[in-house]
Amino acid sequence: MKLKTSIGMILIASFAFAFAARVDAATPEEKGFEIAARADRSDLGFGDSEVELQMILRNAAGQESTRSLKIATLEKPDESVGDKSLVLFDTPRDIEGTALLSHAKILDPDDQWLYLPALKRVKRISSSNKSGPFVGSEFAFEDFTAIELNKFDYSYVGEEACGDLTCDVIERTPRYEASGYTKQVSWVDQADFQIRKVEFYDRRGDLLKVLELKDYRNYDGVWRAHVLSMNNVQTNKQTDLVYSDFQFGVGLSENDFVKGRLSRLR
Amino acid sequence: MSIRTAQFTALALLLAATAAMADGASWDRAGNVELQSRLFARDALWPGQGSQAAQLSLAATAELRWRNAEGDQRASIIPFLRRDSVDEERNLVDLQEAYWAWESDSIELLAGVNTVFWGVTESAHLVDIVNQTDAAGDIDGEDKLGQPMVNLTWQQDWGLLSAYVMPYFRERNYPGVDGRLRAPLPVDSDRAVYESSRDENHVDVALRYSHYIGDIDVGLSVFSGTSREPRLIPADDAPVLLPHYDQIDQFGVDLQYTRDAWLWKLEAIARNGYSETFAAAVGGFEYTFYQVAQSGADIGVLLEYQYDGRNELEPFTTADNDVFAGLRLALNDTQDTSLLAGIAYDTVTGETFFNVEAERRIGNSISLEVRMRAFSGAGPQDMTYAVVRDDYVQIRLAKYF
Repeated sequence: MKLKTSIGMILIASFAFAFAARVDAATPEEKGFEIAARADRSDLGFGDSEVELQMILRNAAGQESTRSLKIATLEKPDESVGDKSLVLFDTPRDIEGTALLSHAKILDPDDQWLYLPALKRVKRISSSNKSGPFVGSEFAFEDFTAIELNKFDYSYVGEEACGDLTCDVIERTPRYEASGYTKQVSWVDQADFQIRKVEFYDRRGDLLKVLELKDYRNYDGVWRAHVLSMNNVQTNKQTDLVYSDFQFGVGLSENDFVKGRLSRLR
Repeated sequence: MSIRTAQFTALALLLAATAAMADGASWDRAGNVELQSRLFARDALWPGQGSQAAQLSLAATAELRWRNAEGDQRASIIPFLRRDSVDEERNLVDLQEAYWAWESDSIELLAGVNTVFWGVTESAHLVDIVNQTDAAGDIDGEDKLGQPMVNLTWQQDWGLLSAYVMPYFRERNYPGVDGRLRAPLPVDSDRAVYESSRDENHVDVALRYSHYIGDIDVGLSVFSGTSREPRLIPADDAPVLLPHYDQIDQFGVDLQYTRDAWLWKLEAIARNGYSETFAAAVGGFEYTFYQVAQSGADIGVLLEYQYDGRNELEPFTTADNDVFAGLRLALNDTQDTSLLAGIAYDTVTGETFFNVEAERRIGNSISLEVRMRAFSGAGPQDMTYAVVRDDYVQIRLAKYF
């Protein structure tokens, strides 16, 4: 089973690589899309994953508070269907056991349920609050829930150095409703095809936040960043997501991502 | 806790303990200690009630959870203790959870004590019937007592089916003679009267189906057994009320339609077993204005109507012809500051209930909660006249571990 999975990942990774060699599209839109698609598809084929992470919130005065959470993801290989994800909070202790289940959609609003352990209550919640802060952090819901390729239109901007690497710079504009952004500019490196930096522009068109993705590690062909730093340049608040090792192929199924599961997580 | 519950719990714990011997299992411990202070604005109305303006209580919850290495078995023990400074009937020793469960991909079997919640609406919880209400704990009906059960859950593409067999009944606890927020006569919980000859050992059963179709979440439920709500009948031989627990059947439906920033909600029940069959419903909406004034804060507006067709011989309810209007504020800040303010207005009698609940985390592990409740508009003939002098502010400080 394990062997099969890794063979599958290698196949998909080499397919992505082969595909990558053919990025020579005509229009900026096509070229932008193909770079984004190459980045997106180089992370595909993981099936399911589990990861623990720390969310470190820092205000302008430098005061810190930390949340620890677990995220489980069930991949939907079909790009017209979104992934399913489950976020479970461990700390702060007063919200321990709080869980958020999301069935991501491409253009329609996601289906989301929140579990409140104090009342043992499952609540279907509105997902139209895409631009709202996720648990008080500098990440909006729309930054945090699965980023799907077809949620955006793309345009190629140019080539730029990013650290030791060379990056393609592409602009992406949300196709879904109620986004807090007019556009995002992302830097995708030309070596591993991973997103290294994203700038978020608010509804007035001003730069709002800068996301840096660091400490990329390769799991049998699937890349994951392990430090995500989001800086709000308008408020000087910052949120870091620090991931521990990802676990892939843990055997999660559709039934692990249903609302009836929320009260039985712990 | 009775002998029967204790036996049942012991069996579940024994099963859990046997399973827990295995290697590679994971344990999780948590808990909290809370200090609650109620400050009453006015002197008590009824004879026997304490004259103290402040009522203090101390409560503690411990949580111990276990899951085996394979992940297909888990167990949980959550005792809850409460000690009150004024009213000994508010003292409580309860098990919120004490169960062992086995699960496969689509089936779960749970045996022991558990707490479950059914329903969608905010101002009344009609459908929610499995657990008894800790009515001495709070008047909002959201504090519950653990319910002994065997629960079989089956998850399929077409939804979740959950069957409950409940071999033991938990009696509702009420404030004692010293306590505030009670009827003119105290309830003598030790002298409960049952319709069933098996008393609290009547085996209750319930079945619930829940699923969602696109934007609509649906729940259908049926319950047959001892009514969680008693009728309160004055005793012949003492100035007390005796709880009478009838055998009932209840059919419930709960619906929520979620679209953009709108949540449309409905809960309805039909219940028989008392003098006549009746229906009750609560329905309305919650609309949220997100990120008001660029601040990240959300403001929600709630409106619900409560209807209840029961007659005066049946267990008393305040939610009979009431309009509930509320405002929810969530700052979405690091401290998770939130506030819910609401008014329930009885369109027939004019009785009005004001409720404000605010919450904020201090540091990393302390939670501060303030609740303000006030009653007005009741004449001597109205049921809520009993608590007309019991307006109070409650400050709760909880430390989580």
